[in-house]
Amino acid sequence: MSFRRALSAAAVLLTFAACEQKKSAPSAAPAAGQGSAAPGATIWFGHVGSLTGQEATFGDSTDKGIKLAVDELNSKGGVKGKQVDLKTYDDQGKPEEAALAATRLITQDKVTVLLGEVASSRSLAMAPIADANKVPHITPSSTNPKVTKDGEKTRPYVFRVCFIDPFQGTVMAKFAKEKGIKKVAILRDVGNAYSVGLADYFLSKFKDLGGTIVNDQSYKAGDQDFKAQLTAIKPKAPEAIYVPGYYTDVALIARQARELGIKVPLMGGDGWDSAKLFEIGGQAIEGSYFSNHYSPDDPSPRIQDFIKRYKARYGAVPDSMAATGYDAAMVAGDAISRAKDMTGEAIAEAIAATKDFPGVTGVITLDKDHNAVKSAVVLEVKGGKAVYVATVTPDAPAGAAPLPASAPAPAAQPKPAPY
Amino acid sequence: MTELLQHLINGLSLGTIYALVALGYTMVYGVLKLINFAHGDVYMVGAFAGYYLGAVIGADRSPNVGKAALVTIGAMAICGALGFVVERFAYRPLRHRARLTALITAIGVSFLLEFGFQLNPLLRAPVEFPPGPAPRFFPALVDLGPPLEPLGATVQRIDILGFVVAILLMLALQWIVYRTRFGVAMRAVSFDPQVAGLMGIPVNRIISGTFVLGSALAAAAGIINASSRPRIEPLMGLMSGLKAFVAAVLGGIGSVPGAMAGGVVLGLVEEFVAGYTSSRYRDAIAFTVLILVLLVRPEGLFGKGKVEKV
Repeated sequence: MSFRRALSAAAVLLTFAACEQKKSAPSAAPAAGQGSAAPGATIWFGHVGSLTGQEATFGDSTDKGIKLAVDELNSKGGVKGKQVDLKTYDDQGKPEEAALAATRLITQDKVTVLLGEVASSRSLAMAPIADANKVPHITPSSTNPKVTKDGEKTRPYVFRVCFIDPFQGTVMAKFAKEKGIKKVAILRDVGNAYSVGLADYFLSKFKDLGGTIVNDQSYKAGDQDFKAQLTAIKPKAPEAIYVPGYYTDVALIARQARELGIKVPLMGGDGWDSAKLFEIGGQAIEGSYFSNHYSPDDPSPRIQDFIKRYKARYGAVPDSMAATGYDAAMVAGDAISRAKDMTGEAIAEAIAATKDFPGVTGVITLDKDHNAVKSAVVLEVKGGKAVYVATVTPDAPAGAAPLPASAPAPAAQPKPAPY
Repeated sequence: MTELLQHLINGLSLGTIYALVALGYTMVYGVLKLINFAHGDVYMVGAFAGYYLGAVIGADRSPNVGKAALVTIGAMAICGALGFVVERFAYRPLRHRARLTALITAIGVSFLLEFGFQLNPLLRAPVEFPPGPAPRFFPALVDLGPPLEPLGATVQRIDILGFVVAILLMLALQWIVYRTRFGVAMRAVSFDPQVAGLMGIPVNRIISGTFVLGSALAAAAGIINASSRPRIEPLMGLMSGLKAFVAAVLGGIGSVPGAMAGGVVLGLVEEFVAGYTSSRYRDAIAFTVLILVLLVRPEGLFGKGKVEKV
């Protein structure tokens, strides 16, 4: 009897051990898959992304963009004569897992640069780890300003190649005003630092421009039923509803809004950018607008060339996550080639000095807060895809608008956010 | 007035889903005194079964009532089989152990289903199975026409159909439990399984039958919900399952009419509180109700207070 018990216990332990291995998804590189860089042989980039989970397309697209960049860097002779290799870990869409993956990449796999994440909540979990270990960390598309800041001071090792939400919030506020929209309702995701921050910035700018917010409702990511919130919004007769959430929820919200007879357009942010938005949203999401990092309609030759190369490799038009992922990896490669040596400090210094770097999401210059000063585009959902409508350039330097004092604190994250 | 009516309609739509899933919880608890935490995930499997069947028979290209019925019944059969397998291999061997053991096993089965469905597809044809964690779009199985608009509120026809189907299923269940021999046997086993066995009732078969029935109802709930809120994903059963459990407790766990009433009441309460006060507390409401019920009237609305005789 006890032999059978021992056998089952062994089987269970083996299963656990096997499950552990599945988490890492090494790139198709010739490396033996162990991860730790032999000194001088390869430069390792580490990527933490949500390859599974609710927002799986974010991590997957970013990874594809980074892989394309790494291959292009290698085909041009590598960086400082060494080949670049990529190690990607899946954080399953959870901030705790993102922190674990970042720690593993830094301590076990000894990466030179940490890349990721798309979602601000997960980048926030990774940033303190990068700082503590003196490893440069570039987030491709996290837009919450707190990612690069530790309280009031800027994190020395954390950078981003995209704009920040104080700017993104004003983009849609300005766009709405220009369309003559005066009354807007907000429907935000309370469990998400990105959504709450972006909603607050939009709110303050829209009010500054003279608009009114008629209602402010909340939901939680993964909710299936938004009719209670939408039914409360409907009688207030807004001319648009601002939904700064992620694409899976937005698609359902759009459907349910149309089912309730709400015909006004929805507006949102870069969290909408995914092919799944159109698949699940269908007809309901047509005519709605969102702000984004780049538009595939941009005729600039650098962007069209990138799209051609991405399409040739992956068979799909890159979304903004792929494009920002590509830019983040390219900026990292460029900084390493400029750095005086291979220490974290030198590379961080080189990244901070990035100026007028020709990225596919725009010309990238990092300001003193390690954020990129770039324009945003406004896209409209038309015919099942996102069509370019307008470009909004930042007016104030660094596009930073002060957060209103009455802003609610973001929902609890595993690492307490400095609020 | 319009707003009130709309909230009422939304609440009823939500409530029927909770009621259907709660029926499974309540039946299994009544018969086995086991809270089957995997039940919410059987609901999720039902929705995916409907999705796969729909893809196989081409329901998304040419929706019609016949195909919808076929898909629903097929999904109910698949989940019934799943319920049978889970009972046979996860719960029956533990029937004579402490109740806590079976409860923990139920949680284990729940995780198995949730994370099993989140694995990347191993099988590509005829369908991609497991589906993987990304949400999928559940295509409309039947095209019913434009929504109705009583007094300014909007009601989707699929919601009305769902409500009617749910009521019919609940009535069918009532009939089975109170008017058939199988139902009598079920009630006997819930009263005292040992003595029922002595009386010649095939206890194992009755318990399996109960699981099959409950799982089939969960599958129907999954399809009705997916038709009206067409996004399905492996974790969709988590919250809905928990809220249905609260509904079952609210109505009196072990009581079939209690589960129905509890489901509808919980749906309405959640809708009205979320709509009229702050929608932030939407999920908190269900659990607040649970705590209140356990404090004030633990046997639920329809349950009978059990006096333990020493």
